[in-house]
Amino acid sequence: MTDTRADIPSVVARTRPLAAGAPVVAAHFLQETAVFVLGEEALLLLPRADEARRPTVHAGAVLSSAANATRVVTGGDDGKVVATDAEGKSTTVATDTGRRWIDHVAVGPSGALAWSAGKDAFVRASTGAARTLALPSTVGGLAFAPKGLRLAIAHYNGLTLWFPNALTEPERLAWKGSHLGALVSPDGRFVITSMQEPALHGWRLADRKDMRMSGYSARVRSLDFSVGGKWLATSGSRELILWPFQGKDGPMGKTPRVLAPAEVQAEVVASHPKQDVVAVGYADGLVLLVRIEDGAEILARKGTGAPIAALAWSASGTALAFGAEDGEAGVIDLG
Amino acid sequence: MPDKLPVTVLTGYLGAGKTTLLNRILSEPHGHKYAVIVNEFGEVGIDNDLIVGADEEIFEMNNGCVCCTVRGDLVRIIDGLMRRKGKFDAIILETTGLADPAPVAQTFFIDDNIGRKAKLDAVVAVADAKWLKDRLKDAPEAKNQIAFADVILLNKTDLVASDELGELEARIRGINPYAKLHKTQRCNIALLEVLGRNAFDLDRILDIEPEFLADATHHHQDHDHHHEHEDGHHHHHGGGLKHYHDEEMQSVSLKTVDPIDPDKFFPWVQDLVQKEGPNILRCKGILSFKDDDERFVFQGVHMILDGDHQRPWQPGEKRESRIIFIGRNLPEAKIREGFAACVA
Repeated sequence: MTDTRADIPSVVARTRPLAAGAPVVAAHFLQETAVFVLGEEALLLLPRADEARRPTVHAGAVLSSAANATRVVTGGDDGKVVATDAEGKSTTVATDTGRRWIDHVAVGPSGALAWSAGKDAFVRASTGAARTLALPSTVGGLAFAPKGLRLAIAHYNGLTLWFPNALTEPERLAWKGSHLGALVSPDGRFVITSMQEPALHGWRLADRKDMRMSGYSARVRSLDFSVGGKWLATSGSRELILWPFQGKDGPMGKTPRVLAPAEVQAEVVASHPKQDVVAVGYADGLVLLVRIEDGAEILARKGTGAPIAALAWSASGTALAFGAEDGEAGVIDLG
Repeated sequence: MPDKLPVTVLTGYLGAGKTTLLNRILSEPHGHKYAVIVNEFGEVGIDNDLIVGADEEIFEMNNGCVCCTVRGDLVRIIDGLMRRKGKFDAIILETTGLADPAPVAQTFFIDDNIGRKAKLDAVVAVADAKWLKDRLKDAPEAKNQIAFADVILLNKTDLVASDELGELEARIRGINPYAKLHKTQRCNIALLEVLGRNAFDLDRILDIEPEFLADATHHHQDHDHHHEHEDGHHHHHGGGLKHYHDEEMQSVSLKTVDPIDPDKFFPWVQDLVQKEGPNILRCKGILSFKDDDERFVFQGVHMILDGDHQRPWQPGEKRESRIIFIGRNLPEAKIREGFAACVA
């Protein structure tokens, strides 16, 4: 069964389609240029008013990516961390000495960069050499706090907060189970991890109070705070799940808002940078824009294909890039 | 839905010949490309740009269940390999000699992302004919690997006398009567016997059934060698096999032609694997439910069960329900009693 959402407003006609020619695994924007990360070797850059170009960035699989306003940083199974700008110019930022896979990358404030290979996490401020922290198990995810040089590192049985410039020991937040992704709230008060089981875990950093967010039908592989951090949008269900983070207790003792039900799993979520709107990509290729306030939906792509693997908004919120597992991609102009 | 990539798991106690088998698989001119996950680089003598080192990180889940474990490194590695899936046809995973195959198998059931893209093809255990008897006494890991396997290579048969070999076979059968058993030297085996087995495919549960359930009750007196050798390759043994009952690891086979009540069966089997899950290594079965024209098949590893309606019963097909459990110190009488009570 395919969900075409035939009766809702549509922006499908404003799509500039692109056949990536390879599975898309992530998407980012560098100003007005959409950047699609391909599963192997290359990026696909689509400037707003120009032809696409396809710089090669790794000799093998591209395992991870992150971006700030000026560059997309990727980690590969060739052991390299590579930064690429909007012109497609790539620089190798680091090469793992053991040529291990670069499983995760993150970009932080003021040009800071982090990556991980196996049980080692690395941080490099905009200047200076990289610092290393050995973790008790393989790193499951990395996220910078919004301010200062603080890195949240998810791993087995908890999360480590690392302050590379401070003399203090890294702080360990324990919670049993395997933590596979990390995210810090925009106000820096909460840190969230996605777990191996279909659940999220969170800690309020002020008092380290635990928060459990469960009820999912699948492992949560995509989570994103809405603008201003009022809501945490997540995949992992056949709906868009939104946990309330407005109050001082975050979602503790609250139930999530559940919007945009579909016949298949929501795979990717991406919050609009300026409005309380979330783009949701589903396992049948459907993409919806969902207004958090009232659940109103706009059709951005029909659900007639492969699972959506990537969604990204431009910084202005006027363009949405999507990419699917079968290499179908596009940019929707909402300006 | 694109085809899922098959994953073959090679197990075997230290020195049994896993690496020999792996090198054989990689070097034969079969026209396939394999991605290989190994524990020790360097032992693999073949050039292959798709070799990945594993860490064997076993992660428990946060659900209070000690046997619900996954191989955390596999979640990461298979996801990474999938990004290059046009570059190879299958994945071969070599485990360490002391590894428990269960967390590997459970990874495919528990992690929906892995389960969607890859599937377990078979667990292959390589056993050293010269030392297996000793290992079954002193190494629980070795017995575990035999009990868990879909395919067993009794290797280095040139190092033991033929009567000793017959005894080893009987000991293996006492633990796991359902696996395909091959006797090899230097892991010399047709690769089709090891790869592409579909042993975890629910649709295939019946295909391996006639042998595996022909006489699965495990400790009868002097019956013939009913189990194995369906391929007719190596009929060395003259008389009937001796039959060993392993004190610790056994199988229990149940069958009935009476229709089963699903409302009784599911609570019973759920409860059974909840309580006995740590001891049940594997289970599988075919069920004929009351007022149901479709055959239901299921399989499980420890506490994790996976089942589905498979296809309509064919006209003239015998509607019989059959289940097997392989495990440690299984309470056979209690299991039989419980299953009997599921009859509609």
